[in-house]
Amino acid sequence: MSILDRTACDLRDALRRGDLTSTEVTEACLEAIQRLEPTVHAFASTDPDAARARAAEIDRRRDAGKDVGFLAGLPVAVKDNMATADALPTACGSRILRHWRAPYNAHVVERLLAEGAVIVGKTNMDEFAMGSSTEHSCFGPTRNPWDTDRVPGGSSGGSAAAVAARLVPVALGSDTGGSIRQPASLCSVVGLKPTYGRVSRYGLVAFASSLDQIGPLARTVGDAALLLQAVAGHDPRDSTSVPASDAPVPDYLADLETPVEPLRIGVPKEFFGEGLDAQVERVVRDAIATCEGLGAEIVEVDLPHATDYAIATYYIVAPSEASSNLARYDGVHYGHRAAEAADMIDMMMRSRSEGFGDEVKRRIMLGTFALSAGYYDAYYKKALQVRRLVRQDFDAAFERCDCLMGPASPTAAFRLGERLDDPLAMYLSDLFTVGASMAGIAGVSIPAGFTEGGLPVGLQILSGVFTEDRLLRIARMVERTGDWADRRPPVCEESA
Amino acid sequence: MTAADAIPTIGMEVHLHLATRTKMFCPCEVAYDAPPNTRVCPVCLGMPGVLPVMNGKAVELAVRMAVGLGCRIPDFAKWDRKHYYYPDLPKNYQISEYDEPLGLGGHLDVELDGETFRVGITRVHLEEDAGKLVHAEDGSNVSEVDLNRTGTPLLEVVSEPDIHSAAQARAYGEALRQLAVYLGVGYCNMQLGQMRFEPNISLKIGEGDDGAPRYTPITEIKNLNSFRSVQRAVDFEIRRHRDELAADPDGYRLENLGKSTRGWNDDRGVSFLQRSKEEAHDYRYFPEPDLVPFVPEPGWVDEVRASVPEVPADRRRRFVEQYGLPESDAAVLTAERYVADFYEDVVRLHERNEQVTPKTVANWVMQDVMRILNEENIGISEIRLTPGSLAEVIGKVEQGLISRSTGSEVLVKVRRTGKTPTQVIEEENLAQTSDAGQLETVVDEVIAENPGPAQEFADGKDKAVGRLIGMAKKKTGGKANPKVVRDLLVKKLRG
Repeated sequence: MSILDRTACDLRDALRRGDLTSTEVTEACLEAIQRLEPTVHAFASTDPDAARARAAEIDRRRDAGKDVGFLAGLPVAVKDNMATADALPTACGSRILRHWRAPYNAHVVERLLAEGAVIVGKTNMDEFAMGSSTEHSCFGPTRNPWDTDRVPGGSSGGSAAAVAARLVPVALGSDTGGSIRQPASLCSVVGLKPTYGRVSRYGLVAFASSLDQIGPLARTVGDAALLLQAVAGHDPRDSTSVPASDAPVPDYLADLETPVEPLRIGVPKEFFGEGLDAQVERVVRDAIATCEGLGAEIVEVDLPHATDYAIATYYIVAPSEASSNLARYDGVHYGHRAAEAADMIDMMMRSRSEGFGDEVKRRIMLGTFALSAGYYDAYYKKALQVRRLVRQDFDAAFERCDCLMGPASPTAAFRLGERLDDPLAMYLSDLFTVGASMAGIAGVSIPAGFTEGGLPVGLQILSGVFTEDRLLRIARMVERTGDWADRRPPVCEESA
Repeated sequence: MTAADAIPTIGMEVHLHLATRTKMFCPCEVAYDAPPNTRVCPVCLGMPGVLPVMNGKAVELAVRMAVGLGCRIPDFAKWDRKHYYYPDLPKNYQISEYDEPLGLGGHLDVELDGETFRVGITRVHLEEDAGKLVHAEDGSNVSEVDLNRTGTPLLEVVSEPDIHSAAQARAYGEALRQLAVYLGVGYCNMQLGQMRFEPNISLKIGEGDDGAPRYTPITEIKNLNSFRSVQRAVDFEIRRHRDELAADPDGYRLENLGKSTRGWNDDRGVSFLQRSKEEAHDYRYFPEPDLVPFVPEPGWVDEVRASVPEVPADRRRRFVEQYGLPESDAAVLTAERYVADFYEDVVRLHERNEQVTPKTVANWVMQDVMRILNEENIGISEIRLTPGSLAEVIGKVEQGLISRSTGSEVLVKVRRTGKTPTQVIEEENLAQTSDAGQLETVVDEVIAENPGPAQEFADGKDKAVGRLIGMAKKKTGGKANPKVVRDLLVKKLRG
């Protein structure tokens, strides 16, 4: 078994025992990246020399008997919207920030560095995390390791593809309306969106502030737990991150192998309605049936606002906040500035016109409209009211069950370009994921099987706020029933 | 109603910097003299990915001011984003409080020419200041941005349109400044731009057919930074409104024209149009998702309230009632909080001494203490004179132990040497002679040597006594108690 076929937890143990050095693991990653990156294109930027130097430094410290942190020299990748105060740009897949280097580290990056991680690169993404295919990037599209003619999902498609193609053991992504869970589903990896407030957003370039949340992408549930452990917790620099007194961070690995028994699984009928691909439905229903076979009780629940209403209101709330968050990119203080401009306003307009891609412009316009005088009450304010109803739906459901199960994405991976000219079709990729985002609850997508054509299908599991420990245990129960995590995508086989 | 009768109706928006050490949403120091862009961090620079964190001290000071203005403090206030594009605003939105501010519905009593008028306070809210654009002076088309000021905690106080003249507008501004300084909320240094005024001016031009009042269209004058410019700008605008109204009394209506924004050219003494109603911004306010709402802990507002001292207007009234002072004395003594404290400390030391009245103490504070403060341009905390020393000096004067003018001298020496008044009087032998037996010889000599004035005084001319007393003082090296000398002269020449 090669180094990169091993799980992050296994590698961490080996690193801690001294059976492997960080340099060996990092070199394996860099070698895989060099070999597969031209095909997969999972990264926006890498700095192999810096990664090597960092790994060597950690090895030296370990040799000197020093504590090298919780992650002990494990290589990780972070999405390109997380600020890193290194040589790598924090570009968010956008022309407007293509050459912008952050002068500070995001909270999660600080945590990773403090725990001895080696950051091997920044992963590709849809521009400013707006998209479900990782095609909207100034660096070009990322390809799905299971079928390189297809998208990896998005917007954390780079992180999902990098983990799926075994370029790196684990990666961080961000989820606003499904941007961790949907690509995880399409790439057959585990992708966890924590409860809003569990992980600090400080240094995460904002898309929609009330929805954005950072989480792990990994090949196994245990690996996701490992990475979440490293980054979760209160940060006084993020007022929306939850203090330890309100929600302490549990040990996610301690009881991971302990099944949740008895287990009541809620199955919302809204997650199996129109728009759901039949093969995806079959895989997801099989997974739920397997759980039932293990003794779980299946409860049918209603989430009347969690799909149709949630997606309609999501596309008001998220673009509104985005139009505000992205106002700062005007060419004045940093980022792309148009070369020729008649005056200040012209300079701002040209810089933004040149710097932003079509999807970002579309959402800025949507949001600007929704927040305009005379429309605010009808759109944004109404959307906030619907958002409360979505939360109430989930609260009511969780009184009757321990978790909810359904698909993470209505379809398996689609072809590159297939939805680029049809924004509404692209938006419906989020149909089953936005509900949890709007409610702020925890959710995970785990590998559950494949379509007849061999495309991965994920099972989405949702649970209440700050119950990531239980969510991971349930995910682990399901994971043990299959061998999906061990399967290697064709792109690895071809080149091996 | 003619243009000449139309009643000026003015509301004020006043911005003031809060006296915090750090900025509103980041740990950068608030500084006014630092080199450009040296008091900045990723947060106040609005860099990608940063988040604001509320400065608790700023909120406390804002609530303090709101309490001082008699506002209601709601148990929920929230932050909103106000959007507009300008290079001195790095995020292109300002974090402010739009529809649920932290203070609502108060008032400020303002004194002007011995009369008090009340101005309603609509709201008090917190926001962040913007940076500064520095335009090149060489005529080139270059502007530079200094973001040191960006994120400085800014308190906005919005008044009701209860102001009716330029003088009142100025007095209101001054009273607000006095209150903010009194409460320790802001330093309000006008030269540093720590306080800025935006009067909203219109004229009430009678009532419409429906009985509702009619006004000329409001003009808002932006960014006035001195009391003088407030008075001049408001005065100018009132006249401009009157002229325009007189020129077209029928067409000139608020509902026809809407609000416009004007700038003020202080050199030329004129206002100029900046933005008409049609160009009004749509700020696209929405709740700031990066901050949690302000929900004070139970009892916290009461704690702040308890720590707020008596406000100047109340104190002024109390000084008149409790100490029997004239309005003008009360106004002077309460203008600054620590001067008023000093005064009351001295009064309290003579509480049981009928010889020393509060009015006597007032005269000493206004004449001696405030003269020193003005001459040396210092605050009362730097005067090196305790209320106890002043009380001692006043006591000695009233007892006749030293003269009034010697008392002033003693104060100067107490400040210079750090000695007590008693020490100074003893060491320098300043005590005056009140012993009638000792002084009788002196008085006899004075009468003998000055027969003319003595005769005049004996004949009933009171004026002559001054010269005789002066001679007595001269003979005693200034120590003769004039009152005792006068009594002796009366006894001897008129008795």
